[in-house]
Amino acid sequence: MITARGITKRLGAFALRVEHFSARQGEVVAVLGPSGAGKSTLLKLLAGLLAPDSGEVRREGLWAYLEQDPYLLDRPVWANAAFGRRLHGESADRARQATLYWLRRVGLLGLAERPARDLSGGERVRLALARALAVEPAGLLLDEPTANLDPANVARVEGLIREARDAGQGVVLVTHNLFQARRLADRALFLLAGEVVEAGPAPAFFTSPRDPRTRAFLSGEMVW
Amino acid sequence: MSEVIEITLRSLLVSGLATLLAALFAVPLGLYLGLKGSGRAGRAAIYAGMALPPVVAGLFFYFLFSRSGPLGALGLLYTLPAMVLAEALLAFPLIAGFTLAGAAERAPRVRTLVRALGGTERQVLPTLLVESRRVVVAALAAGFGAAISEVGAATIVGGDIRHATRVLTTAVVLETRRGNLEAAAALGAVLLGVALLVNAFLVMLEARR
Repeated sequence: MITARGITKRLGAFALRVEHFSARQGEVVAVLGPSGAGKSTLLKLLAGLLAPDSGEVRREGLWAYLEQDPYLLDRPVWANAAFGRRLHGESADRARQATLYWLRRVGLLGLAERPARDLSGGERVRLALARALAVEPAGLLLDEPTANLDPANVARVEGLIREARDAGQGVVLVTHNLFQARRLADRALFLLAGEVVEAGPAPAFFTSPRDPRTRAFLSGEMVW
Repeated sequence: MSEVIEITLRSLLVSGLATLLAALFAVPLGLYLGLKGSGRAGRAAIYAGMALPPVVAGLFFYFLFSRSGPLGALGLLYTLPAMVLAEALLAFPLIAGFTLAGAAERAPRVRTLVRALGGTERQVLPTLLVESRRVVVAALAAGFGAAISEVGAATIVGGDIRHATRVLTTAVVLETRRGNLEAAAALGAVLLGVALLVNAFLVMLEARR
């Protein structure tokens, strides 16, 4: 479980304020909103990469964070996948054995010895997901993991997110893709200009949003 | 011929030790400043140091080690250790500056990655060192290049003493002054060859990882 209470964060002229946010194990929470709404800032606060100006974030277990354009180490694919486990003190041999399983899951086992810099965009995201999943986190914090991916890779990444949820991991998914949010989310939250406009269970959120701004956003209108 | 080999080996020894000595301090400093992301004064000092004229470095150690200087009692003037120190001073800002530039570019993303996977702040620096290894190799090559090719500091603190402190660059100057242009050119070619070989070795070392 990850919980945020009364968090605020000011970054220049932008200010984020979230009274309450939570994500449990075994559910996908989609964070929606236009560019500049504060989605990525919220995710970084949840990940502990940014400290809130006020309020608190509580994480039970490790919640692995995945940036939109994941950074891959200048090492082979397997060493990238094993990196998180190495950080937690596992030997190179054990980490390698453990991460081969995750590379198979994301369809990169055949590329294990290749330099990570040779991977395509979709493969990079899948490797980053394998690296995050390999540390066996309580949950995943994903910042637009399928942005700029082709449909086949989008489907593959979405499959991995579903598998993670079904395996009991929590997922907070920042996405611009409303269709993806509908496909994956158990709950959804709409952020606008740093404020939570609406949050709730996915079916009701998408079919009968209460706030006119949420309705406008979901129908594809520009909202600020 | 044997004297050329002797001078060449001495050049390699002095410049190699100078590069290692400089790297010992310059690489951690460059990584630290790159990671810190601020420290403009330190950064400006390092970049300014890249333009340090070899004769000024030589003069600094000359004053330090001359008989009336603060460290004159050590008797290091006109010795190889004094040359190593002077060349290390020249290589230091180059190695630190190259390392800093490379590390600063990667540091935010490496830090995010380490923290995103549950690592600690203390694990960021070693990860950054491994990630910056190609830049560090380039920095070492630049530092070694500066050390082995300089002549001003080597002449001032080494004195170009035959069978003692004569290195390739000072020998080239000497032969040119004597009018032995063929010998000077040959020594210059040896110098160039040594520099190329050492750089090729560094590139091979970097490619092995």
